[in-house]
Amino acid sequence: MKKNNLILYGVLLVLGLTAPFLFPAFKVQISFMLILIILAMTWDVQGGQMGYNSFGNILFFGIGMYLCASIQIGMFFPLAEWTESGGEKTFLHTPTQYFQGLAVGLVFAAIVPAIVAALIGYGILGLRGHYFAICTLGLGIAAGEIAGGIELIGAGQGMTTPPWPKGIGDTELRAEFFYYICFALLIATFSFLNWAYKKRFGLVLNAIRDNEDKAEAMGIHTMRYKIVGWVVSAFFVGLAGGLVGNIVGYIEPIEVAFDGREMGVFMVLMAILGGKGTLWGPVIGASAFHIFKEGFWTFFLGWQYVALGFLIVVIVVFFPEGFMGWLREKYPERFGEVIDEADRKAQVELK
Amino acid sequence: MSILEINNVSKSFGGVKANVNISMKIEQGSIVGLIGPNGSGKTTLFNSIVGTHPIDQGSIKFDNNEISQLPVPVVAKLGLLRTFQQTRIYGKLNCVQNMLISHKSEKDNVLTIFEKIPEELNEKAERLLKFVGLHQKRKLRAGDLSFGQQKLLELAMALMNEPKVLLLDEPTAGINPTLINGIIDRLIKVNKEYGITLLVIEHNMRVIMSLAQKIFCLAHGQMLADGTPEQIKNDKRVIDAYLGAQ
Ligand SMILES: Nc1ncnc2c1ncn2[C@@H]1O[C@H](COP(=O)(O)OP(=O)(O)O)[C@@H](O)[C@H]1O
Repeated sequence: MKKNNLILYGVLLVLGLTAPFLFPAFKVQISFMLILIILAMTWDVQGGQMGYNSFGNILFFGIGMYLCASIQIGMFFPLAEWTESGGEKTFLHTPTQYFQGLAVGLVFAAIVPAIVAALIGYGILGLRGHYFAICTLGLGIAAGEIAGGIELIGAGQGMTTPPWPKGIGDTELRAEFFYYICFALLIATFSFLNWAYKKRFGLVLNAIRDNEDKAEAMGIHTMRYKIVGWVVSAFFVGLAGGLVGNIVGYIEPIEVAFDGREMGVFMVLMAILGGKGTLWGPVIGASAFHIFKEGFWTFFLGWQYVALGFLIVVIVVFFPEGFMGWLREKYPERFGEVIDEADRKAQVELK
Repeated sequence: MSILEINNVSKSFGGVKANVNISMKIEQGSIVGLIGPNGSGKTTLFNSIVGTHPIDQGSIKFDNNEISQLPVPVVAKLGLLRTFQQTRIYGKLNCVQNMLISHKSEKDNVLTIFEKIPEELNEKAERLLKFVGLHQKRKLRAGDLSFGQQKLLELAMALMNEPKVLLLDEPTAGINPTLINGIIDRLIKVNKEYGITLLVIEHNMRVIMSLAQKIFCLAHGQMLADGTPEQIKNDKRVIDAYLGAQ
C-alpha cells in the first residue's frame, strides 16, 4: 500500500472509531451516514462499475430489514402476537436473547437477499439498459405492496423491532453499539469492493459497462459476473437494512423498508454526485449528500423536495461524471492517463 | 485441412434473405477474403459463424465440431474470434486494461471470478501493444484514441486472446490511407508468426488482393464466385455485381 493511502486510511479509521465521542449528539445521524455510504457503494457496483442502473436494490434493503426483525422476534416469541398489538410491551428480550436474535437475524438478512438477487438476476439481468432499469423500478414498488399485505409482519401498519434490553445501559449505549456495527459493516463493504475491483471481477464489470457485446464476443460469460455482482450488492444492502430496522425501531412497508421514493433514489443520486464507477465517488457523494440534507433540510420548510430536485438538475447538468469524474477531467495525469514520453522516440511509427 | 467449414447456411430476417445456401471451406493457416457489395450478407455470415444469431439451416464446423448451436462466448472460447466493423473497445478503460481483459482465462468458472489478473500478462499486453504501435498510448483511455488506433487496439486485443481463427470485419475501413500498408504488414505477420487463420471482409480491393490467397464473393446473399485473387479480379460476374451495385 502506498504511504499516502496508509495515512488516509489511518485518519479515517481513527475518525470513525472516535466519532461517537467527538460528536456525541450526532451518533445516530452519523450511523445513517455510514449506511448511506454502504448503499451508494453497493448501488455503484451495478450502476457505476457495470453500467446497469438499478432501482431495485431497495428490495434487498427491505427484505433484510423485515427478515432480521422477524427472526429477532420469532426466535423467542410468537411473531403474530407481537405484530398484532404492540408486542414489545408484552414480551421482553433478555440481553442474551436480544444479541442472539440480532446475530442470527443479520446472518439471514445477508444471505436471503443474496439468494433473491441470484434468482431475480438470472431472470432479468439479460435485459439491457433502460429495460433493466424499469424492471427493477417495479421490484421495489411491488415488494412494498406485498409486504403491506402480509399480516404476520404487521401489514400496512408495520411492526416494531425489539427494544434495547433492560439492565444494560441506556439509549446512548444503544446508539454507540449500532454505530460501531454500522462502521464495521462499512469497513467490510469498502474492503471487499476495493479488493474485488482489483481482480478480474472489477475489470469484467467495467468491460460490460463499456461494451457488453464485445465482452461476450471475446469469450466472457458476462451473465455470471452480472449475477455475482448483484449478489454481492444484495448481501451488504440486506445487512444494512437489518441494521436500519433496529436503529429506527419501527418498520413500515412503504416509507421505511421499501422506500424507493427516498432511499431508492438517494442511492443513485449519491453515487452520481460523488462520481459513479469509482471507489471513492459513492463515499464522498453519500457523505456530502447526508451533510447537506441534514444541515439544510430544515431551512427549506416544505420546499425540501424542490431543493432536492434543483440539486439533481445541477449535478446532472454541471457534473454529469460527479466529483471524481470532474477531478479526472481536470487532472488526468493523476489518474495515470499519460502518454509515455520515454518510449515515444523508441517508437517505430506505424507507416 | 480445413479449420472452418460452412455448409449450406441460410439466414433470413423476416422477408430479407441475408444468406442463402452459403458454403465455404477455410484452410488452416490461410488468409481468406470475403467481398461483396453492401448488403450482400457478409456481416450476417460473420454473425452466423460466431453465434450472434441462430441460423435457419445448415451447419458450421470449427475444428470438426459443430458450433452452429453454441452461444457467442463459448464459440470465442473455442478459438474463433471476430472483430467489428465499427470498432468495439472498452472506452473508459486504458489500453493495457483493454488487453488484460481480453486474455482468455483457461479455467473460467464461478470461483475464478475473483481471481487475480496474472502479473505476466502485463508483459504480453505491452508486447502486443508495441506490435500494433500503440505502446506509448497504453495508459490512455481507449475511448480517447482515434478511430484507426482503436482498430489497431481491437486487433491487439484479438491477438491477446490467442484465437485459432480470426474474422476481421473491414480492418482498413475508415483508416488513414498512409496507415493501411502498416495494417497489411501486421495482418500478414499475424498469419505467419502467430499461425492465425484469417477471414477478412474488405472493400478495399488493393488490400484484399495483396492479402488473401483465396477470395469468396457474395451478392444478394448468395455465393457468387470464389477463387484466387487473380481469378476473382477477372471474373465477369464479380465485376458486374460490383459495378451494378455501386
Ligand atoms: N439484425 C438484422 N435484422 C434485420 N435485417 C438485417 C439484420 N442484419 C442484416 N440484415 C439485412 O441483411 C442484409 C445483409 O446485410 P449485411 O450482412 O450487413 O451485409 P454486408 O455486411 O454485406 O454489407 C441486408 O439487407 C440487411 O438489411
